[in-house]
Amino acid sequence: MHDRLRAGLLIAPALAIFLAFFLIPLGYLAVAGGAGGYSAILTEPRFLRSLVSTLLVAAATTVITLFISTIMGLFLARVRFRGRSTLLALLTLPLAFPGVVVGYLVIMLAGRQGLIAEVSMALGGDRIVFAYSLAGLLLGYVYFSIPRTLLTLMAAAEKLDPRLEEAARSLGASPFGVLRDVLLPGIAPAMAAAGAICFATATGAFGTAFALASRIDVLPMVIYTEFTLQANLAVAAALSFLLGIATWAVLAVARGASGGAAA
Amino acid sequence: MRGGIGFWAGLCFTLLISAFLILPIFVSVIAGVTANQFIGISSGFTTRWLLDVWANYGGTVLLSLQIAFATLAITLMLGVPAAYVLARHAGVTARLIEEALVMPVAVPGLATALGLILAYGAVGGLRSSWFFILIGHVIFCLPFMLRAVLAVLLAIDLKRLEEAARACGATWAQRFFGVIVPNIRGGILAGSLMVVTLSLGEFNMTLLLHTPFTRTLPVGLADAYTALRTEMASAYTLIFFALIVPLLSGMQWVVSRMDQPGGSR
Amino acid sequence: MSIAISLRNCGKTWPGGARGLLPIDMEITAGETLVLLGPSGCGKTTLLRLIAGLELPDDGGTVLFDGKEVTRLPIERRNVGMVFQSYALFPNMDVAANIGYGLRVRGIPKNETQKRVAEMLEMMRLTDFRHRRIDALSGGQRQRVALARAIAPRPQVLLLDEPLSALDARLRDQLRQEIDALLRALGITAIYVTHDQSEAMALGDRICVMEAGRIAQIGSGRDLYHNPANEFVAHFIGDANKNVVINGEVILRPEDLRLRPNPNGAFIITRVTFLGPVLRVMVRHDDGQELRADVPDDPSLQPGTQVEVILRKSSLMAAER
Repeated sequence: MHDRLRAGLLIAPALAIFLAFFLIPLGYLAVAGGAGGYSAILTEPRFLRSLVSTLLVAAATTVITLFISTIMGLFLARVRFRGRSTLLALLTLPLAFPGVVVGYLVIMLAGRQGLIAEVSMALGGDRIVFAYSLAGLLLGYVYFSIPRTLLTLMAAAEKLDPRLEEAARSLGASPFGVLRDVLLPGIAPAMAAAGAICFATATGAFGTAFALASRIDVLPMVIYTEFTLQANLAVAAALSFLLGIATWAVLAVARGASGGAAA
Repeated sequence: MRGGIGFWAGLCFTLLISAFLILPIFVSVIAGVTANQFIGISSGFTTRWLLDVWANYGGTVLLSLQIAFATLAITLMLGVPAAYVLARHAGVTARLIEEALVMPVAVPGLATALGLILAYGAVGGLRSSWFFILIGHVIFCLPFMLRAVLAVLLAIDLKRLEEAARACGATWAQRFFGVIVPNIRGGILAGSLMVVTLSLGEFNMTLLLHTPFTRTLPVGLADAYTALRTEMASAYTLIFFALIVPLLSGMQWVVSRMDQPGGSR
Repeated sequence: MSIAISLRNCGKTWPGGARGLLPIDMEITAGETLVLLGPSGCGKTTLLRLIAGLELPDDGGTVLFDGKEVTRLPIERRNVGMVFQSYALFPNMDVAANIGYGLRVRGIPKNETQKRVAEMLEMMRLTDFRHRRIDALSGGQRQRVALARAIAPRPQVLLLDEPLSALDARLRDQLRQEIDALLRALGITAIYVTHDQSEAMALGDRICVMEAGRIAQIGSGRDLYHNPANEFVAHFIGDANKNVVINGEVILRPEDLRLRPNPNGAFIITRVTFLGPVLRVMVRHDDGQELRADVPDDPSLQPGTQVEVILRKSSLMAAER
């Protein structure tokens, strides 16, 4: 059989499924908003507000996650201590948790009967509860993003040539100088890639917000509410189409910038 | 750096964050088997909540497993041949197709699900059947299978191996199933575990795609979190952990074996 | 069972428009070993892959096996054996399974396959390694497995694509002798690609020197050495590449020159290197031209000495320009 023909036959089923169940639905989504849906987004301030708060939460999530994961990633990539591999295995557990479970874990931590509330009362203070606030949502998103980001950054840090660091030190660089001139530039592409994934995920996911029954109007929650409760299909479609294009674009740009390291 | 201030500061920070990630899991697991939530562990352990949850929500677990394995079968049949073609062909067309096929990962599940409902929600009995959820899961999971298999295909010298098999007289089917598939089974296994894990936990799409008759595990969980008492919700979560953690460990084991020299098989 | 191979007007143009091979004609007689020799990018591997059936020639080219046209027959149906540069052994199979693969896919009965594999293992001194994984073998062992796998189905033609290039020098020497003995014993038509001229000299009944997609010269090693068709062949075949062209007409081999100290000689010694069997001496003519001479050791030849250059025998070679 001719090579090209066989290649076509082998990839055709995947392409057919993709076309039928992704591209065509996306097309429906794009037109279902209609002029009314798209203009409503621009004119009604609550949609704009939710867009702004979504972007802010996503940006904050990205910054906090990158800060934590960079420190941990560099540390775990460069030191060896007893229990390290066990710790790593435990840290990757949340990788498989959907956002809705993460939301529940935030309640376990910072809810009315949560760990923090119990501890703060036991110490004689007030019952500290913040699971259902913006802080709780942020906590959930950070929880969700750390394992992924950490693994990416650790892999990048382990790939750095240790001789670069040794060379910098032989030239008299301080530990901070090594960090600034060797380590951070070395993992910068991975940071860009992981940050983009983090941002896109935080923009588009709503399991966590759903489980927390949070009062923060992040965009996915608005879409869900418009669709199920208001039956406002046009606005829900328009919003989710724009959201989809936006997250896809963020990831595409990040991938271009990081040379293919991002999803 | 061991023993320096930097080491201890790093260790403390790492342990603090680790506690943040791991403690809630323990709290939740323990709450799921504690007899009396208000008294605490001293009230003793019980399987009562687990059994209660199973009686009420066992169906969601079974449906989720059913969907996960159906998703696996379909993504294997679609993804492995597609990855093979993409690995064999270097041109612009192949790269564009690869870009397209991984797009569903970048678009929020909510948007994809809404699109599916708009396009096919009115088609026959599809909307109320579990196939509707299956379609969504296949679209979402296919990129992960594709990538896992493609990564291994690109790491082996595919072209040379295939030429060697041809030189020995092997037909296409003989070399695909006798040489290529056995040499990428690590990637296929990693992709499979990934697909099952993702399908079992998929919520963003499934919440919109499901109906009262087709509730999956994560949808049931979300319902339990808003409607049930803590011990029941925790017991339900525990069942989810029991399904997902072995899969994840298996995946890590496969990937770590693939990293070893000569272990790409 | 060996066959003759003919190539008629076989060229290869790559999709981008680059010419991998200019149209050539070539006859390979049954049972001979033809070596394709040349620098990388000269088209030798492309030519081999055309003969193998891994590439199609440009329109108008034909490949004939014993007079039968096989141009469009893919490799899996040409009954050729091929040894690849990086072995290309199947990592999912052990040694015996690799060797038996060509027999299994041809549907040869199991007991017959086992018998043939055992023979091959014996012949290649691999019997003790028959259940080894490929990644537990040394480079030399892998090469022998690759050879055994290629010849186990008794192909009509054996094609070898730089089979020794991944091995270190000593092992290469030893395996070269083994391959030579094997090819003689099998009497099979073999085409051997290499960029190493000593390998080519040792193995080839005939050597085909290739340059930039065309055949520079085909002939025995002796032919090529003493009667190179052009400057390229003269420089490529020979102990080193620094032979000298005088007036653009004549080629001198360094070993054909002798030096005699003479204060009135037209040459002065610029550098002397002791290589063991010979003394390599660079001399410069009054007009600035440099020559290299490989002469018997002689302590009187020192840098700065005036010498005259004597031709050892009638070794002037006319060179086509």
